[in-house]
Amino acid sequence: MKLHYQVDGDNFLVAGEASASLKRTLKQLGIDASIIRKISISMYEAEMNMVIHAYGGVIDVELSADKVAIILKDTGPGIPDIELAMKEGYSTATHEIRELGFGAGMGLPNMKRYSDYLNVYSEVGVGTTVEITVYLT
Amino acid sequence: MKIEEIRHILEANVWVGEERLEGEVHAACGCDLMSDVLAFAKEEVLLLTGLVNPQVIRTAEMLDIKAIVFVRGKVPTQDMITMAKQKSMTILSTEYPLYIACGKLYRMGLMNEGEA
Repeated sequence: MKLHYQVDGDNFLVAGEASASLKRTLKQLGIDASIIRKISISMYEAEMNMVIHAYGGVIDVELSADKVAIILKDTGPGIPDIELAMKEGYSTATHEIRELGFGAGMGLPNMKRYSDYLNVYSEVGVGTTVEITVYLT
Repeated sequence: MKIEEIRHILEANVWVGEERLEGEVHAACGCDLMSDVLAFAKEEVLLLTGLVNPQVIRTAEMLDIKAIVFVRGKVPTQDMITMAKQKSMTILSTEYPLYIACGKLYRMGLMNEGEA
């Protein structure tokens, strides 16, 4: 099964709607709650990052018998130093974002913590692609 | 602990989910940072927070959190109430600050950690 989501930038009211929608689908499919939790947390953090840093983007999800593969693509400013961005506590978010309860430098570390495979490709001025895979078994 | 009991202990207002006050939570998590809630909260806990925006409801949805208490007299917006209603959540608010609200619930027996 393939799913596609469009994510608006700077619209914090609907930010997270794609992750919520995938979560509902996974529940309907009867996938184990602890696995749904891993997928939901890592995708939600990635989706929030797209909204916060990259003016939105697109998300493609591929569900197969053994895994859920999520690819989030944006055409935002890119990440100059991915290794630094992966460190807990490192953040470039604004005060407004911190007021939303994000921007504490936990996004990428949370994605890493809850996914089985995480890959981040980024080019400054071109955009970022985040690949998240969670195994179902 | 029943949500009705939490409402009573915290002298809380009920914004949405009046019909679910008989529901129970077994652990609680007091936190203003949603990324920390995502990182550490267990499922189906009570979330106490002083942060008021739609992302609180969304974060709760991701973690199957069914009950939220806004502390320090914070009031949820209409958008948040609508979202919470759609997701069958119960939203309370109390005048107590976060530390005191957590302390009162802890003293009355809600002692399990809501963090993994």
